[in-house]
Amino acid sequence: MRLNELSSRLSQWFCSESPLSDIVISSRIRLARNLAGHKFISRCDDREKQEILQTLKDAILSLDLLGDIFFVDIAGGSGLERDLLIERQLISRNLAAGKGPRGVVIATNELFAAQINEEDHLRLAVFAAGLNLDKCWQRINDIDDAIGRKIEYAFSPKLGFLTACPTNLGSGIRVSVMVHLPGLKMTDQLKKLFEAAKDMNLAIRGLFGEGTEAVGDFFQISNQVTLGISEEKTVEDFMTLIIPKIVEYERLARDRLMVKDANILDDKISRALALLKSARLISSHEAMFLLSNLRMGVNMGRIKEISIDTINELFLLTQPAHLQINKGQNLDPEQRDILRAETLRAKLN
Amino acid sequence: MQCNICKTRTATVHLTEIIDGQRTESHLCQSCAQKEGITIKSQLSLNELLGSLIAAHQQPDEQGRGEAEKSCPVCGMTMEIFRKQALLGCPKDYEIFERNLQVIIEKAHDGNLTHKGKIPGGISTSTNSVESQTASSSDTTKDKKEIKTENEMDSTHSASSGQAGSPRVKELEKQLEQAVRNEDYELAAKLRDQLKAMQ
Repeated sequence: MRLNELSSRLSQWFCSESPLSDIVISSRIRLARNLAGHKFISRCDDREKQEILQTLKDAILSLDLLGDIFFVDIAGGSGLERDLLIERQLISRNLAAGKGPRGVVIATNELFAAQINEEDHLRLAVFAAGLNLDKCWQRINDIDDAIGRKIEYAFSPKLGFLTACPTNLGSGIRVSVMVHLPGLKMTDQLKKLFEAAKDMNLAIRGLFGEGTEAVGDFFQISNQVTLGISEEKTVEDFMTLIIPKIVEYERLARDRLMVKDANILDDKISRALALLKSARLISSHEAMFLLSNLRMGVNMGRIKEISIDTINELFLLTQPAHLQINKGQNLDPEQRDILRAETLRAKLN
Repeated sequence: MQCNICKTRTATVHLTEIIDGQRTESHLCQSCAQKEGITIKSQLSLNELLGSLIAAHQQPDEQGRGEAEKSCPVCGMTMEIFRKQALLGCPKDYEIFERNLQVIIEKAHDGNLTHKGKIPGGISTSTNSVESQTASSSDTTKDKKEIKTENEMDSTHSASSGQAGSPRVKELEKQLEQAVRNEDYELAAKLRDQLKAMQ
């Protein structure tokens, strides 16, 4: 099973050597597509879903430009495997919880994933570390063209690519950037950011947490308007306007903390490190919170002996499905808390 | 302009109320406005403003009400089911429920109603002539015409059509957006009235 190979290593999109990576963790672009001549997923029976799955799987697996890829049958796989893919951001909770024939084609380097029979027949996604949306767009555009030559997409010249939910209509593009904003959180400025985002038709949701709650101050910022704006314009707005502005605010907040509240900041960071180095039982929620503070400390030069890659790796390795798959067995929550603490101590001491 | 109530101070609050189609305008100074219980939001939500405008443009007409009774011959979808699950059943639904969906689409996409961007085959509609498109929809010819008309309007800026989503309406909405950003509510009100008049 290829999934075991994934669980023990760092995702490429989580790499620290990338543009603005102290604040921008990763970039993702996804395209929503549907096959012409088929019903959308909510009105399909299993036979039609199977037909769609087979058509799209064959089309994607036969493409030359994708490099080393493999297919994961989500309907047939275990719950733990599905959770692992969610933790690595390769599939959505929606696909995991879905019904009937469905699956995902994943590139071994984890920079591409094609979910089949999620809300739409096809959800293509391309990932990159740091702020790298231009590259993502070029890549996904090529892949989309190549698939579009093999199958016929549901498309109307007036409304664009037709999607199950009208909110994805048009280009079907969702540009998402994952950012780490502990500075704005500590200086109480997140509310301002949320308001500005609302005015700009952007969605912000917390990452790693449940619903909108952000554990560890990680946020995903995405566009909402997909009709009447070209893909290039959406990408350009993120690259030149939206994300640079957010990065600037976060940097200002961090600078202000260094000048005004250096003691509070250092206390927070040192406590995080001390707890992570010595805890014997730690929940994923607490680990995430402390790792976020530690990450800020390393990025601000307050802690020198730990690398960002180590912290990024720990974000993945300490999540429930990763712990269990790497251990090779199912674990109850307390056993997971023990193993999580062991993993953290081993990497940080 | 003087305040309608105290007749001494300059009116800085301009209120337009439309109740049952009857429009009344009042011009008040800050202090009389407060006495009247009018709270002034320092930051008007642009989305709310545009949202209400769009809703005013798009009251379902007879055709729209007729659609609400229909079910899709391909997938059996009805507007009632759609309202519950927020997901459509097949591409055909976009034609069957065109009028009803238009309201939702405009709201979701900041007033936009026409696709801009790539088409299957990898050509972008924003940079290439409509004639070169190779679309797969069954009603290609009709839709092509619509896009072309809009492109022509864009290039000449001579359109005065009041259709929601038309270049003129979009331009006014853009100006309105800018006016609100600049907190020039007087201009915003004028633009809003122009938009209303174009219904």
